Amino acid sequence: MSPEAHRKLRAAIVDDEDLARQVLREYLAPHTDIEIVAECANGFEAVKVVAELKPDLAFLDIQMPKLDGFEVLQLLDPAPAIIFVTAHDNFAIRAFEVHAVDYLLKPVAADRFEAALARVKERLERLPEHRSLHGSSHGSSAADLAASARPPSEYVDRIPVRDGTSVVIIPVAKLDYVEAQDDYVALVSQGKKHLKQQTISSIEAALDPSRFLRIHRSYIVNLERVVRLEPYAKDSYVAVLADRVQLPVSRAGYSRLRGFLDR
Amino acid sequence: MHPILGQFRRMVLYLVAWIPLAALLAFLMTATRAIGLREALALAFPLCFIYAFVCLSAWYPCRVTPLEHTNLAKFVATHLSGAVVATALWVLAGRLLADELAETSSFRGLDHLYTAEIPLLIGTGILFYLLSVAFYYILLGIEASRDAEARVLQASMLAREAELRALKAQVNPHFLFNSLNSISALTGSDPSKAREMCILLGDFLRRTLGLGEKSAIPLREELSLIHAFLAVEKIRFGPRLQMEESVDPQTLGVNVPPLLLQPLVENAVAHGIANLVDGGCIRLSVAFRDGDLSIVVENTFDPEAPLRRRNGVGLANVRQRLEARYGNRAKFGAGANGTSFRVAMEFPAEQEAIAS
Repeated sequence: MSPEAHRKLRAAIVDDEDLARQVLREYLAPHTDIEIVAECANGFEAVKVVAELKPDLAFLDIQMPKLDGFEVLQLLDPAPAIIFVTAHDNFAIRAFEVHAVDYLLKPVAADRFEAALARVKERLERLPEHRSLHGSSHGSSAADLAASARPPSEYVDRIPVRDGTSVVIIPVAKLDYVEAQDDYVALVSQGKKHLKQQTISSIEAALDPSRFLRIHRSYIVNLERVVRLEPYAKDSYVAVLADRVQLPVSRAGYSRLRGFLDR
Repeated sequence: MHPILGQFRRMVLYLVAWIPLAALLAFLMTATRAIGLREALALAFPLCFIYAFVCLSAWYPCRVTPLEHTNLAKFVATHLSGAVVATALWVLAGRLLADELAETSSFRGLDHLYTAEIPLLIGTGILFYLLSVAFYYILLGIEASRDAEARVLQASMLAREAELRALKAQVNPHFLFNSLNSISALTGSDPSKAREMCILLGDFLRRTLGLGEKSAIPLREELSLIHAFLAVEKIRFGPRLQMEESVDPQTLGVNVPPLLLQPLVENAVAHGIANLVDGGCIRLSVAFRDGDLSIVVENTFDPEAPLRRRNGVGLANVRQRLEARYGNRAKFGAGANGTSFRVAMEFPAEQEAIAS
């Protein structure tokens, strides 16, 4: 066995209810190979603590103040192994879409809890450096998946962004445009740029297509902000926004945008 | 859709109804003594057959000039002009028919005799036309009252449905699951508290189930249901959940629909308190206002909180139930103001029956 297997697993518990955290604490107590490094009572705290302490495992409630469980996961990169713990059974599909290790329903049964822990250990042993599982070099990151996983026919109404250890929430109504920058996207809102590790395609999928349009390989624009289209060079155009910002428009983007502006 | 033209059975009945009218016309024609019964019948029956079809057209002006929305001048002008045109057509048709019949050996000279019948034809033509107008207005009236009946039926069905939906939606399963999870936590750390929570939860559930069949309960029962609910939630949320109440003791005996306030308080917890890191306060006030019962449920909330589903269902339900029960005598309003969400309603205060 590698020495890593004997290393204690570091766990964080995220739930806004004291008693709900208490159950998990109690269930974890006999597991001497697991250490609880943090308990958080809301989403903001969870993002901060996980970014600082980088636990191996996080128990995550879904409905919490400030940020819900999925929004928290979007902001964790690299993400720990996640076990969702919630009273709602309707988020299960979404949970597995974002590669959660398990999904526990409240009230949590002890044997289900043990099974979930076993799955975590198995996964971490199989991939000792488990963080590479979610690393952005290996396809979609957990953050990316969490950002685009949503109930069908519903689009996000806000986008959380991490700035160091604090969290900024951008309501989509205040989002002017999105620009792709390598592994990141820059979300521009009220003149400020916020970087987020996510692909532009997954942002595009999460935004309401009747309000946001991909006008270029690297740009998504809030249609309400577009004032006019101007020819730029032969066969190419720029979209001029209310604050005079100019965004390049590809040929495919131009015909899509024309369709919207003509309406 | 024309009420007669479109349906074969009605059309036959309608034409049969014209037979006595044709007989009447023939009788009146012989009364002028200008022509005999044979000629009168030969003219009256084909003419009435034609006029039956002409009068079908009276339906259209009737439909576009509904009795209750048309002034008298327009009403009279529309139908008189219709009658004049229809009668003119009829008299002309009679002329042609008489001329045709005059060609045959048995009705020789009918074309001259017909002229004497023209005033009679004008009189009956206008009369028959106006009769059909009246007939169509009766049909329209029957149709309107049938529509109104259907609407009333539909409204009461909607009200019943809203009521049922309201009752079904009452106990939110997530409230139960979360409470059970809290009890599960307490069994390890504080068994007596766990037992207390079981009892509170049982108490709440029993009250909820018992209220389902009643159409009204005294306000004090609704309030004690809310207290049972909040006692459970208080264990779950601890100091995050604060409650303030100002209830005019005189209102406690007023009858209210059961489970009217409980969903509002549940919303206040789920969409207000549960989203606040440091918790918040739910304020309930009940008072009389101009003889009506005025109830306000107010709670602090985080306007930037993640959206939760089910939001608004509870509110819409309460609004529908009030509307179904009190109609326009109930007022209902809900809205956010900064970090405070407020639901206010007013409805007639029905006092508890003394006997019960």
